[in-house]
Amino acid sequence: MTLRDGKSGMVVQIDSIRDSGLKERLMTMGLIRGAKVRILRSAPLGDPMAISVRSYNLALRLADAEQVSVSPVL
Amino acid sequence: MATLSIALIGNPNTGKSTIFNELTGARQKIGNWPGVTIDKKVGYLKYKERAISIVDLPGTYSINARSPEEKIVVQYLMDAHSDLVVDVVDASNLERNLFLTVQLLEMAVPVLVDLNMMDEASRRGININTYELEKALGMPVVETVGRSSKSTRKLLDVFTSTVMKDYEPSALVAEHMQAVKALQNSGLEEAKLEEEIIILRYALVDKLMAQAVTVNSVGPTFSEKLDRILANGFLALPLLLLLLYAIFEITFTWFGKPLQEALSDFINGDVTDWAKASLETLDVAPWLQSLVTDGIINGVGSVISFVPLIFTLFFFLSFLDGTGYMARVAFIMDPIMRRAGLSGKGIMPLIMGFGCGVPAIMGARALDSEKDRMISILITPFLTCGAKLPIMALFAAMFFPDNAANVVFCMYVAGVLMAILMAKVLNVSTFKDKESTFLLELPPYRMPDMKTVLLETWEKGKGYLVKAGTIIFAMSVLIWFLSNYNFDGPTEEMSESFLAAIGSAMSALFVFHGFDTWESGAAIVTGILAKESVVSTMGILYGVADISTETENVMDTAAQLANSMGASFTTLSALAFMVFTQLYTPCVTALGTIKKETGKWKWTFFAALYTFAAAWIVSLLVYQVGRLLGFE
Repeated sequence: MTLRDGKSGMVVQIDSIRDSGLKERLMTMGLIRGAKVRILRSAPLGDPMAISVRSYNLALRLADAEQVSVSPVL
Repeated sequence: MATLSIALIGNPNTGKSTIFNELTGARQKIGNWPGVTIDKKVGYLKYKERAISIVDLPGTYSINARSPEEKIVVQYLMDAHSDLVVDVVDASNLERNLFLTVQLLEMAVPVLVDLNMMDEASRRGININTYELEKALGMPVVETVGRSSKSTRKLLDVFTSTVMKDYEPSALVAEHMQAVKALQNSGLEEAKLEEEIIILRYALVDKLMAQAVTVNSVGPTFSEKLDRILANGFLALPLLLLLLYAIFEITFTWFGKPLQEALSDFINGDVTDWAKASLETLDVAPWLQSLVTDGIINGVGSVISFVPLIFTLFFFLSFLDGTGYMARVAFIMDPIMRRAGLSGKGIMPLIMGFGCGVPAIMGARALDSEKDRMISILITPFLTCGAKLPIMALFAAMFFPDNAANVVFCMYVAGVLMAILMAKVLNVSTFKDKESTFLLELPPYRMPDMKTVLLETWEKGKGYLVKAGTIIFAMSVLIWFLSNYNFDGPTEEMSESFLAAIGSAMSALFVFHGFDTWESGAAIVTGILAKESVVSTMGILYGVADISTETENVMDTAAQLANSMGASFTTLSALAFMVFTQLYTPCVTALGTIKKETGKWKWTFFAALYTFAAAWIVSLLVYQVGRLLGFE
């Protein structure tokens, strides 16, 4: 699954990020393999989405979230 | 002793600027970094007989020299200007903040780590062992709590007593640096290499965290709870609109506008009378009297009268920015703004454009990509600012008495549509290579530091006053000259002045628009000085004394003007004229601001000309299509 499919409240773990212009920035912001991410919510119009990663909150567009593959953490 | 020079570096939202403002107060010098429009802030102070200078580097998450901000920071560090580099770190968000710290250590920059917001960290159950962190990094660490005089004094004590030479990276950090070196020599291609290094850095951060930090989970934070209402669900949008409406009301109706009018009355009344009287007693030549009162006081006065409005608006914007709500506004509005090729962060400056283009253009600074900034600046002039409203109200009342409100509303819509259209056009043409992204930290809600808010407000307001004022001053003298002189010298009749000649030359452009009189031409020319002038020029030229630009009195004025102007305009040509003035070249104050914000004459001329061209085309279409459809 990708980060985009995450539902509010879910905790997921990052597997990989597809190559894109944003990849390095996402990694710099702490989204690297193994990092745990909690999905917080999506904006009132459904996009972008907010996540909690490494003790802070980050907003990103669904199109960019789709580039991030994740797997659920129990 | 020589001045101790200190550089503050850190992520955005760490309270770095607050610390800077607390330390230096109003003793700041704000300029630009070479070649970019990013503020360079340097402050000065004396502590225990020691002169200290502090530079506030732009907030960045990393230093990879990708954005202009990062380039500035890297360049500054490479030039090694400072005796002491202080890395301000948000203790409640240590993990991500340490990334930059690690990068600094890799660059062999010895840093003093300032663990700021320790109070917030402990509220969130984060326990940091400063001694352990110091040991793990090999660098000095100091704790602060944002704005408190105790923290400020403590920092200054540490600044003046720390000798960075006594510190060197710990074995842990040294090992990391070795690993990075090994990677760099491994011949990996550049993108892959950078990714591997990022992974190494976070691995080190994880180790540092394990050594110095324990976290006790404490339920959802205050910010989380607030975000459930403000950034989520069906209430978020109405609440945003309500807040915007409130700021607008306060700025333009309750506070700023009355102040602006009072100031304007004072300048046009008392100041002008006083200047007239003094000049007469001094027996100054009449032309000089006229230059000072009609030209300079009138022109510069109209700019000064905007100052309260600008200060009020910027106060609220700085305040909101300090609370962290602006990030939520961007979050909510992003999908809407994206359709026009902009990002969510672009909404705030554009909304300001309905009040006045000047703060709107200045507000575009907050946007993080150069492309978004430029597009936002270039489309702002299409919006109906407060000074265009009287033109629309007057013409609508005169030529569309039964539908006045609807016609005015249509003009607003026309402006918005044009802005959206041009954003799209600029997006695919001029700026097509530059991508617009949206990756935004949602910082915790905080009570803004009032000192910072007031300093920011003052800085922006002052900039407006100084820079725009100089341009307005020059233009006022020019317009005064043009409207009072012709080739034979001074003239009593405005219709024989240079302005009239220019007006009739200008009117040649509007032969197919239905308003090719020299009066309209002159009104269009003076409208470039200030949009208020369109109505007052019309009033003077069509012989209505004491024309009012206040919306309430518009009906009286309209009735007076209707007789004399009815001959020059048809309903259709009046509509074409309205469309033209709605869209054409912004006033010189706005152009001066565009010059200041883009730093280039090229963009200033572009902004002046492309808006004119767009207005010319749309207005022509309105008139000609209207005629084809049988309207008069």
